[in-house]
Amino acid sequence: MTRYLFRRTLSLALSLLAASLVIFLAIEIVPGDPASYMLGLNASPETVAALRDQLGLNAAPPARYLSWVGGMMRGDFGISYTYRVPVADLVAQRLQVSLPLALFALALSALVAFPAGLLAAARRGRATDTAIMGATQLGIALPNFWFAMLLVLVFALHWRIFPAGGFPGWDGGIGAGLAALTLPAIALALPQAAILARVLRSALIETEGQDYIRTARAKGLTRTQTLIRHALRNAMIPVLTILGMQFSFLLAGAIIIENVFYLPGLGRLIFQAITQRDLIVVESVVMILVFAVILVTFLVDLAYALVDPRLRRRA
Amino acid sequence: MRLSLHLGLALTLAALLAAGVSLLWTPYDPAALSIAEKLRPPSAAHWFGTDHFGRDIAAMLMAGARTSIAVALVAVGIGMGLGVPLGLLAAARHGGMADEVVMRGNDLIFAFPSLVIAILITAVFGPSAFNAILAIGIFNIPVFARVARGGALSLWTLDFIRAAEVAGKGAVRISAEHILPNISNLLIVQGTIQFSLGILAEAGLSYVGLGAQPPTPSWGRMLAEAQTMVTLAPHVAIFPGLAIVLTVFGLNLLGDGLRDRLDPRLRARA
Amino acid sequence: MTLLAVRDLSLRIGPTPILSDVTFDIATGEVFGLVGESGSGKSMTALALMGLLPGTARTEGQAHFGDIDLLAQDDAAMTRLRGRDVGMIFQEPMTALNPMKTIGDQVAETLLIHRAASRADARRVAREKLERVGLPPDRFPLSLYPHELSGGQRQRVAIAMAIALRPRLLIADEPTTALDVTTQAQILDLLQGLVRDEGLALLLITHDLAVVAGMARHVAVMQHGRIVETGPVERIFRAPGKDYTRQLLAASDHRPARKPQMPTSNPQALLSVDNAVREYVLPRPSAFAAHPRLRAVDGVSLAIRPGESLGLVGESGCGKSTLTRAILGLDALQGGTIRLGGAPVIAGRSMSPTLRARVQAVFQDPYGSFNPRHRVDRLVAEPFHLIGLPPDAEDRIAAALEEVGLSAADRHKYIHEFSGGQRQRIAIARALIIRPDLIVLDEAVSALDVRVRAQVLDLLARLQESHGLAYLFISHDLSVVRAVTDRVLVMQSGRIVEAGETARVFASPEHPYTRRLIAAAPTIPDAWKEHAHAD
Repeated sequence: MTRYLFRRTLSLALSLLAASLVIFLAIEIVPGDPASYMLGLNASPETVAALRDQLGLNAAPPARYLSWVGGMMRGDFGISYTYRVPVADLVAQRLQVSLPLALFALALSALVAFPAGLLAAARRGRATDTAIMGATQLGIALPNFWFAMLLVLVFALHWRIFPAGGFPGWDGGIGAGLAALTLPAIALALPQAAILARVLRSALIETEGQDYIRTARAKGLTRTQTLIRHALRNAMIPVLTILGMQFSFLLAGAIIIENVFYLPGLGRLIFQAITQRDLIVVESVVMILVFAVILVTFLVDLAYALVDPRLRRRA
Repeated sequence: MRLSLHLGLALTLAALLAAGVSLLWTPYDPAALSIAEKLRPPSAAHWFGTDHFGRDIAAMLMAGARTSIAVALVAVGIGMGLGVPLGLLAAARHGGMADEVVMRGNDLIFAFPSLVIAILITAVFGPSAFNAILAIGIFNIPVFARVARGGALSLWTLDFIRAAEVAGKGAVRISAEHILPNISNLLIVQGTIQFSLGILAEAGLSYVGLGAQPPTPSWGRMLAEAQTMVTLAPHVAIFPGLAIVLTVFGLNLLGDGLRDRLDPRLRARA
Repeated sequence: MTLLAVRDLSLRIGPTPILSDVTFDIATGEVFGLVGESGSGKSMTALALMGLLPGTARTEGQAHFGDIDLLAQDDAAMTRLRGRDVGMIFQEPMTALNPMKTIGDQVAETLLIHRAASRADARRVAREKLERVGLPPDRFPLSLYPHELSGGQRQRVAIAMAIALRPRLLIADEPTTALDVTTQAQILDLLQGLVRDEGLALLLITHDLAVVAGMARHVAVMQHGRIVETGPVERIFRAPGKDYTRQLLAASDHRPARKPQMPTSNPQALLSVDNAVREYVLPRPSAFAAHPRLRAVDGVSLAIRPGESLGLVGESGCGKSTLTRAILGLDALQGGTIRLGGAPVIAGRSMSPTLRARVQAVFQDPYGSFNPRHRVDRLVAEPFHLIGLPPDAEDRIAAALEEVGLSAADRHKYIHEFSGGQRQRIAIARALIIRPDLIVLDEAVSALDVRVRAQVLDLLARLQESHGLAYLFISHDLSVVRAVTDRVLVMQSGRIVEAGETARVFASPEHPYTRRLIAAAPTIPDAWKEHAHAD
């Protein structure tokens, strides 16, 4: 277990290092001079020089990289060029929307997918299975932002059950905040739930073909008992993998969905930063997104070890 | 499931056909503005109605199919072209340095969802359909590398590879002659899946303004422009969405059908 | 007293008939052997009795077990019966246990699921049963997971699970086929002890006649889903009533007619291995420990003379495969040398194709040995890569196929059109086509049924004589090695522990490990064979 943990932690650190290098190169080296890029064509040489000075662009690239990474380790992500406030504060504020949205969607997706996948696997080849599989096939094909528009059309504009967009903030109470996130979360969750349900079903069916399931039946377990007591836990491995990958899809999806519902999350922040050419914000927010994905991959690896004794203990 | 294969094939062909025909003919010029005709509901003259500039939605959908399919196809090409050789190399050198480097590289790219890659590219070079291709294509590389490596690894344990080694064949020759033809089914199925994901991704990127730019016609951007008009004229939002759903649905059915058809394990069981 | 009376059991899966009119009786407390080649319907008979057939299966007939008919029960009734009155173990111990659950939980589950004990009692019984099957508590706590056990130990756990509720009947489907010969002997001993002590009856399903000879009181011989013959083991073996049984018995210890090579006739070695060493680096046991090393091949020396058959026997993990790969020039050694006709064998590009062409190989798996996308002519012609495609390649492909007993027209077919035995013939044709001096036969007949195996052994003997081939015959099956080799090497933990003329080694083994191997190999008593050899 310690060996596994050690290896995983090492690979987490290496991935973060490599990712930060890629982002640094893409934002600060490839475009040439970030300062003149940020200021546009009409900027005077003096302004550009002043910004270069302010951003510390006169230092050599390795030194700049180290100071950027060192700053992030201390929680200092630099000062936004357009907002004139620390990027860390901006991000912290926006995360209050994006993170609950992603988690809400992840929970919804699991809540829908697990019963659907289990039911389809248990009723394999019968009408229920065919219906669930047909529905998931459609779900996968659904672009979440279009689905979001349809949800707004029906539940916000026609029936007026949920708000059509905007976010009141958590100060107005959890209820109002959750209500504002409900439609976005559903729009994000359902297409992902379709994928998860399919993976769970096929993992269960694959597991049910294993020899130890036959052994369990020979011991006198019913079909349902083998499904619950033996197949489910073994089927969790591919499901965990997908759950981990879904987090990054949800994150990316959230960036798009925030635009449909005018939610002040990370997604809105990054698009505003792109239009305003605020590379400081883009660089840091991208790093945070990538950090989140890598961290979730790491957590999934740890979860494997909890589920699978073969990783936990060594022969 | 014969039916799903045929339905999938029909929907996919319909999308390809729409894109192909749009090169020669569309019912109206998809770029022709006509404010007098704006936001018309579907009718005999305009099958799917018109948008807020009075452009014919049917014509725009046909032209948009071209963009979607071109972007997704090229992205699949990039992913296969780079990912498959890398995956074959990793499998041939299983447990060695090359394997480790390829797999770690894969993990690294997986940490950058294609939207994030698109954001990075756009932040520096500005938005374009080419960005979308690059972003989706780069994200496809590790997908194909993984599929190719997984399929190849299970083949490398078989005795016919041993026999080829005894016949003096090297890893490159064995990969080309024995491994690649035997994983082609896997790659075809994965190709249709990535094709459909590519169409979804292109729509998403164009919707948020990171993909195709005007005047390039695009389903995603049609939806972005329709968003403010949803209450006034729902058809402006409904038809482009349906076009995406049906194309992606068709490709997924095709992929599933092909998998059932091509997988000898499943075929034997049926 | 009859425990199980099977009457006219017939089975169809979909439209395909699998079993027809299977009838036999098992008495209380006896071992009943069910033998047959692959596809004869032995396993299906067992699954039918257990009610574990796939959903599309339809059975007819009766199976009286006490006062109930097993075939007439619904699934709920069978569920109550399984594990309580009838237990079953399967062939593949490596996959038969749930990797995610401890062995204690898996044995206790049998009791819990039948509500036969409280949780604490179930664990106590699990402990007892594991001890009964030879897994004492000090070395095998209940908290172990299957991956921490060897194949033989896992099979013991599976047996403990099956006997936890003292069923009256235990069905064992090829329980030792996947195990090494010494482990097989231990598991068979254990099963025999259980029959004696617990009074259960054992339905032992196997392809191995020698196993049945040593274990069973009665036997039924199956072919094509029918019982060919049934009766007391000794009578059936001494005086088989049916041709099929006679053929099986003759094939099971078939010795091809071959001229033994005199060791002195040709002193110059074709292949010589001198003090070969190959180590593997294992994963670290903890984060900062050094990598432990495994010496898979540890100072092995051997020589093969032209035209000779050398046997190499040993159990799984003894280093046979590693040594074979080195001899074939596929993996490098870390110490020692391998010479082929005097020239060094070195893995990698530096070894000349003409040198490589002097050794070819036939592998175990008839199903994995061929690229399914190539036609037979291309498959057989693959070794021409070493010497360049000759102008008469077509003729040589046809000739090679005919030499192994196939027709020249077969070269246009794909491999899936051939049976397992035919495939091994094609593999031999592939090895033969560039006229090597030495063919490495790596478990080449192990996956074949006895009758097919006998034919392939005959073919190999004939080709050896006509082409002056040398064979390195690698096998875990002592009876085959005994039948076809001049000299034999016994390998254990990377070392050759005994070497000598085959007849001498088998008649008077010197090393204790060799003695153990030979003692463990099941045999049909010689006294039973007299009649069979008379005609």
